[in-house]
Amino acid sequence: MGGNSDLDVAYVARLARINLSEDEAKIFQKQLDDVLKYVEKLRQVDVTGVDEAAHGLSVFNAFRADAPRDWFTAKEALSNAPRQANGLFVVPKVVE
Amino acid sequence: MTGNELLAVSIADLQSLLRRREVSPREVIDALRQRIESIDPDVGAYLSLNFDAAVKEAEHANVDLPLGGVPIAIKDIINVMDQPCTCAAKILNGYRAPYDATVIQKLRAAGAIPFGKTNLDEFAMGSSTENSAVKSTRNPWDLSRVPGGSSGGSAAAVAADEAFGALGSDTGGSIRQPAALCGVVGLKPTYGRVSRFGLVAFASSLDQIGPVTKTVQDAALIMNAIAGHDPQDSTSLIEPVPDYVASFGNDLRGVRLGVPREYMIEGIDPQVRGAIDAAVKQLNSLGAEIVEVSLPSTDYAVAVYYIIATAEASANLARFDGVRYGYRAENPKDVLDLYGRTRAEGFGPEVKRRIILGTYVLSSGYYDAYYLQAQKVRELIRRDFASVFEKVDALISPTSPVAAFKLGERVADPLQMYLADIFTIAANPAGICGISIPCGFAELDGHRLPIGLQLLGKPLDEARILQIAHAYEHSTDWHKARPPIGSNLPKTWK
Repeated sequence: MGGNSDLDVAYVARLARINLSEDEAKIFQKQLDDVLKYVEKLRQVDVTGVDEAAHGLSVFNAFRADAPRDWFTAKEALSNAPRQANGLFVVPKVVE
Repeated sequence: MTGNELLAVSIADLQSLLRRREVSPREVIDALRQRIESIDPDVGAYLSLNFDAAVKEAEHANVDLPLGGVPIAIKDIINVMDQPCTCAAKILNGYRAPYDATVIQKLRAAGAIPFGKTNLDEFAMGSSTENSAVKSTRNPWDLSRVPGGSSGGSAAAVAADEAFGALGSDTGGSIRQPAALCGVVGLKPTYGRVSRFGLVAFASSLDQIGPVTKTVQDAALIMNAIAGHDPQDSTSLIEPVPDYVASFGNDLRGVRLGVPREYMIEGIDPQVRGAIDAAVKQLNSLGAEIVEVSLPSTDYAVAVYYIIATAEASANLARFDGVRYGYRAENPKDVLDLYGRTRAEGFGPEVKRRIILGTYVLSSGYYDAYYLQAQKVRELIRRDFASVFEKVDALISPTSPVAAFKLGERVADPLQMYLADIFTIAANPAGICGISIPCGFAELDGHRLPIGLQLLGKPLDEARILQIAHAYEHSTDWHKARPPIGSNLPKTWK
């Protein structure tokens, strides 16, 4: 259930793949309702004819040479894996 | 010279001592280790130290290189090969960096020695370092107070003479604000000036790496080493890097400084206001012309920031899912359970709040109202700065409206914590550069607490704000003050 805004913390947490406890969801709901109420002020701003800025300083067409170079070996790429076997990351079965 | 005296010197002075062979890089590392071992249990600036590797590097250091033999502390969100990089998050507990960030490669090429990783708010999300999942860092000027954040460990380490200089990262003030609260210098470069390759991404359109140092000259010396284009960061700018020290002088005649009308808000501590007023007079006495300017979109900056930063964070932090690195929840029953519990158990409350808010503002039906609107208002903020920079060379303001606050005082109310970022936060959405330098002290509960002066500059105009900051610093003694911590340590070095 949502609070004083359209945000339903428990639902959005599921979208974000975070299993929240009920207590956490309740606290976050109140805190994020406050934040959303605060950011409401942006709706008053007249932005007619203003293009959105994705960056303060935009860089266009950042090219680099399409040349092969050394990078991680499989062993290095797996060096922090919580579980691995046969040179692969191991996760629970995805498809039954 | 005692160990404490040696550790109190600037990078520039340390280089002179090293080059005159008055001290060896090994002796510097040993003195540093001794001080960290004595006082860091109280300050809590460091998350990990690697003195074994540092000693080896010190023994082969070439002191004639630009930063030869100078130990530099690194915020624990920047990858240093074979060292942990935890972002002060449980979800990266045990992670070891398999490569060096570009800034680390550049520091090494300049002869510097990265020897330890400093504490931060988890994933750099916070303004007090209290969001670290590992531990609190304390302000060296008063151990009951916060060092600021998110680069609180870097600022506290430099302030307490536990580092000659440090790297931090700044997404909305995370270098400048802790520098102000700890009484040191912190520079946020222009967006794209310094490569972020190897910086763990928080908000990719806002993040920048920059130096935290004891003096303005030291910040310039580190910038000389780390600035420049990097093919591995496609947002890094292909612009030549000037010598940031070359333009230093003591005369500010011909410089025009703007005081933004909208920054004279209620809620600025009277002692902070007094120090800033005095600093403005001082800059004026050095020859700078002071003019009042207007940044009409100021009131929207915090709201714009918390929409854009959380949106980008929600995407960037999707990679922490327990599959490839870091923490993984035990005995997951399926892959969704693996993700959901890993992230529930591995992220702290502030990170979860921001991911949830960011996911929401990007979600279908709310994207236009929140995210798109914020990106448009961002453009207005950028135009505000572009317009005033046609009239002035730099802007002056407090860095933070208040001096360091007590640990625990503000954690319960995230919005109030966000609002204190008002002076630093607009620089990041606008992409401009900014620096905080010491400009006085507030007296609170019998402690002297540093106050920071912020200078904001045009894109790629770091040389100018460093020049102004240097001239101010040269005419004052604020940067020479040292916090009381560790002053009674035994004088065992030499």
